[in-house]
Amino acid sequence: MGALSHIFEANGLATVGVYPTGDIPERMRPPRSLIARFPLGRPLGRPRDPKFQRAVLSAAFSLLSAPAGPVTDTFPEVISDQAEVALSCPVPPRYDPDLPAAVDEARALRPAFERGCTGGISVADPDAVEAALDAFDRLARGTPWKEAGLPRDLLGAARAVLGYYQQAALGLSDHVPAARQAESWYAQHTAAGATMRAARDQLKEQGAPTPLWFYLLPATQS
Amino acid sequence: MTADDTLAAHLAALPVPEFAVPLFVTPPPLSEATVAVVTTAALHHPDDDGFGPGEQTFRRIDPTRRGELVLGHNSPNFDRSGLLADFNVVLPLDRLDEMATEGVIGRVSPLHLSFLGSQDETMSTIRLDSGPAAAAALRQVGVDVVLLTPV
Repeated sequence: MGALSHIFEANGLATVGVYPTGDIPERMRPPRSLIARFPLGRPLGRPRDPKFQRAVLSAAFSLLSAPAGPVTDTFPEVISDQAEVALSCPVPPRYDPDLPAAVDEARALRPAFERGCTGGISVADPDAVEAALDAFDRLARGTPWKEAGLPRDLLGAARAVLGYYQQAALGLSDHVPAARQAESWYAQHTAAGATMRAARDQLKEQGAPTPLWFYLLPATQS
Repeated sequence: MTADDTLAAHLAALPVPEFAVPLFVTPPPLSEATVAVVTTAALHHPDDDGFGPGEQTFRRIDPTRRGELVLGHNSPNFDRSGLLADFNVVLPLDRLDEMATEGVIGRVSPLHLSFLGSQDETMSTIRLDSGPAAAAALRQVGVDVVLLTPV
């Protein structure tokens, strides 16, 4: 983003960036920076809080009146992620013992996934998520990774599983969780999270290239 | 230390591109300015191609289709639940509409853009090709001010 600000200014556009830390403003010196210490993935701070979002925008746009730059300001309120407190929401009971636990679970969570789709953003094809979890389950049980029938876009499939579960968490919760609470629920309390963790360990043990296993789960969920 | 603090410390150790001459464009008064959002969340419309790993091109976001977006970012290292609950937390188009109605900003751009974040430090395609092309596309629709929202 710091690079884009320089490129855009060089091409005649005034820019203002909202950065979660002071690192980019300090090292790249973009023309106008609002340091808003909010969770990664939430640059405007609070979902479903128009008043708060307007305050952030007002603070950012106020930098446009500065006569020269680089200029930096810091938004006064700090919001931290809550990864250490997993979202408390139910995991469905086992229904079909013939299915891998993660596939059975994902199928049972589908109504919650569909309920959780309220923001207009699509993250996953539910059918593809079930197929991916089936393959990750084979890998987790020790099938060589090149024989497990893994999706060609392995990281895209992992991203879809992560998104599917975060959206399902929204469908199970009566509020928007704090940042990373849904992620921690997925990674630590679901069969899918356990499967992805085991699949990641298998990829690592089997000598698969590092990028393939490193990004299967959030780095903060090691 | 929070999870994000850990990631931020890691990111702070990575090299970043250098820009020798920082430029500073003076915009028109905000109440007269056309404002666009450019995000690195790798959002795109369903009928556009997704982002490949490390891809440095951009996708156009039509604000009349703000409820039809796909999150195409492969990095698992940012929170998704906030964006899934309310796209305005990354792409504050509803807020900009309000500000335009109230006369705080002049106009909301008919075009917004999305890149894929987490690039390597060279960013050669963005610096030499897609970045200037993105700026040209925004200028073509009259944009004066760009709000940058990294994830």
